[in-house]
Order: sequence, then C-alpha cells, then structure tokens
Amino acid sequence: MDFAFFLIQLLNGLQYGLLLFLVASGLTLIFGIMGIINLAHGSFYMVGAYLAWSLASMTGSLAAAILLGVVLTVLLGVALEWLLIRRLYERDHLYQVLLTYGLILVFEEMRSILWGDDVHGVPVPALLAHSIPLTENLSYPVYRLVISGVCLLLALGMYLLIARTRLGMMIRAGSSNRDMVQSLGINIRLIYTLIFALGVALAAFAGMINAPLSSVFPNMGGGVLIICFVVVVIGGIGSVKGALVASLLIGLAETFGQVLVPEVAGMIVYLLMAAVLVWRPEGLFRKL
Amino acid sequence: MHAHGRMLNAILIAAVVALAAFPLAGSTFYTQLITKIMIMAIFAMSLDLLVGYTGLVSFGHAAFFGLAGYALALMVPKYEAASLWWTLPAAMAACAAFALVTGALVLRTRGIFFIMVTLAFAQMLFFVFHDTKFGGGSDGIYIYNKPHLKLGETALLDLEKLDHFYYLVLVLLVAVYLVLRRILGSTFGHALVGIKVNEHRMRALGFPAFRYKLAAYVISGALAGMSGYLAAVQFGFVNPEIISWHQSGAVLMMVILGGMGTLYGPAIGAFAFVMMQELFSNQAWFGAYAKHWQLAMGVTIILVALYLPQGLSGLLQKFGRRKEAAEAEHD
Amino acid sequence: MTEAILSTVDLTRRFGGLVAVSKVSVDLRVGEVHAVIGPNGAGKTTLTNLLSGDLAPTSGEIRYAGADLAGLPSHRISRMGIGRSYQKTNIFLPFSVFENCRLAAQSRTPHAWRAFSRAPGFRDINRQAEAAMEAAGLARRRDRVAATLSHGEQRQLEIAMCLATSPRVLLLDEPLAGMGPHESQRMVELIKQLSEGHAIMLIEHDMDAVFAVAHRLTVMVNGEVIESGTPAEVRNSPAVQLAYLGGEDNLHG
Repeated sequence: MDFAFFLIQLLNGLQYGLLLFLVASGLTLIFGIMGIINLAHGSFYMVGAYLAWSLASMTGSLAAAILLGVVLTVLLGVALEWLLIRRLYERDHLYQVLLTYGLILVFEEMRSILWGDDVHGVPVPALLAHSIPLTENLSYPVYRLVISGVCLLLALGMYLLIARTRLGMMIRAGSSNRDMVQSLGINIRLIYTLIFALGVALAAFAGMINAPLSSVFPNMGGGVLIICFVVVVIGGIGSVKGALVASLLIGLAETFGQVLVPEVAGMIVYLLMAAVLVWRPEGLFRKL
Repeated sequence: MHAHGRMLNAILIAAVVALAAFPLAGSTFYTQLITKIMIMAIFAMSLDLLVGYTGLVSFGHAAFFGLAGYALALMVPKYEAASLWWTLPAAMAACAAFALVTGALVLRTRGIFFIMVTLAFAQMLFFVFHDTKFGGGSDGIYIYNKPHLKLGETALLDLEKLDHFYYLVLVLLVAVYLVLRRILGSTFGHALVGIKVNEHRMRALGFPAFRYKLAAYVISGALAGMSGYLAAVQFGFVNPEIISWHQSGAVLMMVILGGMGTLYGPAIGAFAFVMMQELFSNQAWFGAYAKHWQLAMGVTIILVALYLPQGLSGLLQKFGRRKEAAEAEHD
Repeated sequence: MTEAILSTVDLTRRFGGLVAVSKVSVDLRVGEVHAVIGPNGAGKTTLTNLLSGDLAPTSGEIRYAGADLAGLPSHRISRMGIGRSYQKTNIFLPFSVFENCRLAAQSRTPHAWRAFSRAPGFRDINRQAEAAMEAAGLARRRDRVAATLSHGEQRQLEIAMCLATSPRVLLLDEPLAGMGPHESQRMVELIKQLSEGHAIMLIEHDMDAVFAVAHRLTVMVNGEVIESGTPAEVRNSPAVQLAYLGGEDNLHG
C-alpha cells in the first residue's frame, strides 16, 4: 500500500467516522440525559437522506434541501417528543425498546408509501464536484473533505454548547442529577425536548449530507443504527467525547478492514466491541 | 392462588386438546399456520425466561433462532435426510455454546448496555452468514430433505407429511412449557426471579448472580435454537433474514403482547402476533395497503407499549380478578 | 478474651483523591457487639462495604478464618459466613416475608443449582427460613408481601434474611434508621440476643442504643479511627469529646 492510497483510506475512514459521530452523539445524549434507548434513531438518518433526495429534486439545490430538511426534522423531533417519547421517561427500558421499534416500522412503511422502494442517487453540488489530484491516477473528492469539515465544525459546536453555554450547563447538571435541576426551577421538560430534537436533526443531517455518497435506499437506517450502538457501547453511554473517539476508531477499522481483510470486514467492529467488553465493560469514557 | 393455578391448568390442557384435534378439521393452510405459531411460541417462551423471569432484555434472541437453522442446513447432506435424533440436539448444543461464549461477554453489562450488546452480537452473526461462502451469502441455503425420525429401522414420523410435523411441534411445545415451568419452580428458578427483583441483594446473600444469569442465558439460547431448527425444517431453507433484528424485535413483541413472566402469555403473544401479520397483509381486506402491513404492526406495537404493558394475559387476569371480586360480593 | 474472628489491618479505600477509609484496624469477636460510630461521612458505611465485598479495598487486609478477604466478590464473602444488613432497606419487595427468608436460606445449600426439583419442597431450607423469621420476631408476618410491611418490620426482615444465611459475623448498617422508639427498643433487644452466638459490627447513630448493646466502640472521623475501646474508655476520651462530640455534648444522649 503506497502512501497516496493509504492517505485516501485514512481520509475515508475519518470521514465515515465523523459521520457516525453525528448520529451516535445524538443517541448517546438522548440516553445519557433523558434515559431513553432510542431504536428509531437510524430511521431519522434514513428520513434525512430521503428528504435530501426529494427536496433537492424539487428545489434543484442540495443546500436548500438541507436547510429545509433540518427545519423539518427539528419539527419532527419536537412532535415525536411531545407525542410519544415523553410518555417513556418513567418506564422500563423494555417499553422504550418496544415503542421505538414500532416507530421504525412506521417510518419504514411511511417511507415506502410516500417515496417508494427504489434506490435513488443524489448529485453532488456542482460547486463541490471536483477532485484533488494526489498522484497521477489517484485523486480525492472535494465533497468528502467538505463533509469531514462540516462534521468537525458540528463536533466543535457541540463541545462549545456543552462546555460553555448556559444550556450546556443545564444539560450537564441534568445528566448527573435530575431532581436537583428540577428543584432549581430549570424546565427539564423543555431541555428534554431540545435534546431530542437536536438528536433527530443531527442524525437526519448526517443522512442528508451523506446522501450524494451513499445514495438513498430502503432500510438504510438499520445498519447505521446498529453501528452507532457499537459506537456508544465502546465510547461509554452518555459520553459525547467517547462517541467521538469510538466513531473515529470504528470508521478507520471498518474502512481499513474492507481494504485489508475484506472477508471478515463486517465482523471487525463487533470483535472490537467484544474486546472492549472484556477490557472495560462500561466503555472507554464516562459521562459527557 | 391455588384455585387460580388449577383454573389455568384446566385452560392449558383444553388448549392442548384443541390443538391436538385441529389438524383433523383444519385445512392445509391453517395447519401450516398453526405449526408456525407453535414454533414461534417456543421461541417466545424461551425469551420469556430471560425477559420475564431473569430481567434480561435481550434484543438479539434471533441469533439463536438463526444459528440453529443454519446448523441444520449445514449438517444435512445434500442428497439424503439426516436423523432428527442427533441433528436437533447438535443444533441446540451449538446454540448453547454460542450462548455460553457471548453470554459471558454480554452479561458483563446491564440495562441499556445489555440491550445494545445483544443486538450487536446478533448482527455479528448475521454478517458471518451474510458475508461468507459457507453460509450461502444473502441467498441462504436450501434444506432439500427434511430430517427423519427413526427408531431402529422403523420410521416414527415422516416430517414431509404436514400433520406428522404438526404433532412433533405440538409435543415439543408442551415439553418446553413443562420443562420451563419445572425450572422456574425450582430453587434455581426462584433464584432467577430474585435476581430480576434485586440482583444486588442476591449477591449479598451469597448467590453468584453472574453464573445464574449465564445458566439462564444458555438454557434460553438452546430452547430458542429448538424453535429455529423447527422453523428451518418447516420452511425448507435458511437465509440471513432469520437472524435479522426484525426477528429479534418480533419475538420481543410476542413476549410483551402476550404478557411476560407467565410462560403461557408469550405463547398467546405468538398466536396474536402471527394472526395480526396475516390479518394486516390480507389483500382482500386491505387491498393495495396490504403490502404495507408493517405500518399497522408498528402502530400496534406502539399502542401495546403505551397501553398494554402487562400484555393480553395481564388483561385476562385483571378481568378474572374483577369477576372474582364481583362474585365475592354476591356471596 | 476470645480471639478475634474477623480483623482488619490498615484497611484503606480511596475514591480518587478522597480517602474514605484510612488505615482502619478493627477486631470482631463472637459474643461481642462492636459499634462503629462517627459523624456522617466518617466512612462507616464504606467500611461495611469493604467487609461485605460490595467494595474492594485499595490496600490493607481483612483477616477472617485464616484467609484474606480483601477484594473477594460479595457472594463469596457472604458464603464464608459474613452477613450484612443495609442502611437503606434492601429486600425483595414483591415477595412474601417467608419467600424473602427462604431465598436467603437457599443460598447456603447445594440444592440451589438443582433446576428440576421443586423449591418449596426442601424441608431444611424452609426450617432455616422459619427459624430466622422467628428469631427476628416476624413469624406472625410470614405470608405478608414485604412491600406492605411497616418500616420497622422491613428493617426486621433485613435482619431475618441476614440470619437465614446462618452467618457467624453480622454487619448491621444502621438497623434503627427511621424507627420509632417502640420499634427501636425491640431491635435493641434483638441485637442483644443475637450477640450471643455472633460477632456483630454495629453502625448506629442512636447513642442510647449503642451504649445499651455495645461491648466495644470504635470512633471514626474523616475515615480515620480516633479512638477504640470499651464504652467507658471511649466516653472519657478527650479526643472523642473534642473531635466528635464538640466538647459539651454527652454520650448519654
């Protein structure tokens, strides 16, 4: 493997890992702060991808589609939290699993009814449809770099949000002591709604920006969800920092696995998870 | 309590008698359907041992179901039938071994972690069969010859025959129910329920909780394997879909829908679940929307999670208690 | 004086930078109630957790019957004959009083692993459970669901479950917490009775009760032992008066 090839795989792995982080960070926040296990999180990724496709073909612009899509998915998140998720806070995880599993079926069938069962491609915006030449016959697409950059910006934004803002302070307090926050008069309900909507929007956003690379197809949320579970297990439940480290780890492991040992590539992430379970059953990091 | 237990036994015996008589009256289609339901009932009861009695919410139970199916498919020679006497125990043993290894890992976690990790390990198995040649890839493997069941040279049952297979499944269903009931009534079973209620205190009392949970996990995995084996025999092929997380979700739904922690509840749940599938995918009734039957299933699952946490058997018990109370008032 | 059945040597537990238990050495003897007192946060419950295996010590030894228990899991320690009750009631709420005790007694028997023999059929287990209920004064509540018991009765059940495991050492973590005067009186009597065949470590804030039953006292402050001896010695210790009692308060309560 020469250097240029290695560099390409490295960039691909990082880009994939950063994308996973967008989905997994919402999953881990929703669990860490709200105590909810959300199986439907992968569906939001799928909804995002389909929104990008249908809105982009309507408006002719992926950027406009993403902007519109983010607004719509935030609204979707708020509505879901109000209608369903809210009723699960005091319930056993078993019922959270069941209800959010039911949601997956609903989302998948709604997708089938509204958008059909075909595979669709989404064109890369013309402005970004270039490649940077690395050697004579190897080059790297600009769009992937843009995705990585955007994901990094969002990760930084989340760090600032949690570490520096008043909302972040409430989030940190809320994850460690729910009753205390309540007694301080902070409206925990509102925080929950915001967190959930943020998680939905992040997952959907990941689906949208990745749509030109992955294309858009039925059941695309399931695979992402399960990989994100592995990310959360490795990173430590509720830990955003852990989600970032684990996402990158898995992104790189899977990318290089597919190049180096394609026969067992599908299993590598699970073996990684098994190793972490033996070594540190609580995951690599604790809490935010 | 005792009256309740006797009543329950009477109902269960009546149900078994009705099931035994069913092939005499039912059509081929319904005999096959009930066979499938009974197989799923074994699957759901095996999960109830974990969810309802030990407090372990597994979202990867399809791993055992699928593994046993694949074990059978790989054991059966292409041009002749294999003996049920050794293929069934071998398939169940494979599941028990898989449960022992993965259980030792997943049981290091608890709560939400446990749910995610069981799902992840099932997915790993999915990829093992999906990505490798020996598992036949995404197409799976056909089982051309159903296993035979001979005593010496005389064939006891011909599993190619619908009703023979039906009765084999019925006998196994009853056997699994009785075995599980016996286990749950034992000191071992009482310890499992103790772990579900308060694991910390169980450890403080001197119970090695981890080993108990692992034992339950292995038993449950082996029994789920039995159902997976039977399903593979019935359908004559296996593919990775039988390990998919939708299968794990479906069996969990059966357990809750019927009422966890009752054993017979999950069997009722399996019946209700499969019947709902049939109903919602009925084209005569739902026309073009029949192919979107999963939508109705999803909505039902959400409603059950919200409004029927104790499942159908909980509903029946509540009704029974109200009736008892009403009768007591009359006396 | 009889020999100590359980003794700790420089037992220490750190949580990050905080030393919750620092070089604590205590002896427990059969027939003796050894009370550990001290203000909140002195490390008493942590000490109990170290002895019962709920926590592993950072350093130090726990000598018991010729073995070092430090770092063993709680179920092994329990099986070696060290039983504990919890400060926050820790019972099986949905089960009957009898079933709570039966489970406890069951943990001692090799039958526990017999998956095919019916649990209620073991006479020795049942007898042990009955005896524990009797000893803890709960025989009349045999078939009541634990969740419906009064607070005091739940505390008694804590002890009964502990007894059903036939321990030689009892670690009682604030058995009187939240009890009324009448219930407290009964519990004190019970502890007195139990001290005959057992080595008891008692953690308690109620000084009347402590001085009514304790043969030996250890005073902890900030994780360290500042005094240890007979009740009379501790009562007259200037160090204790100063550090724990704030001078004027007396130990008669």
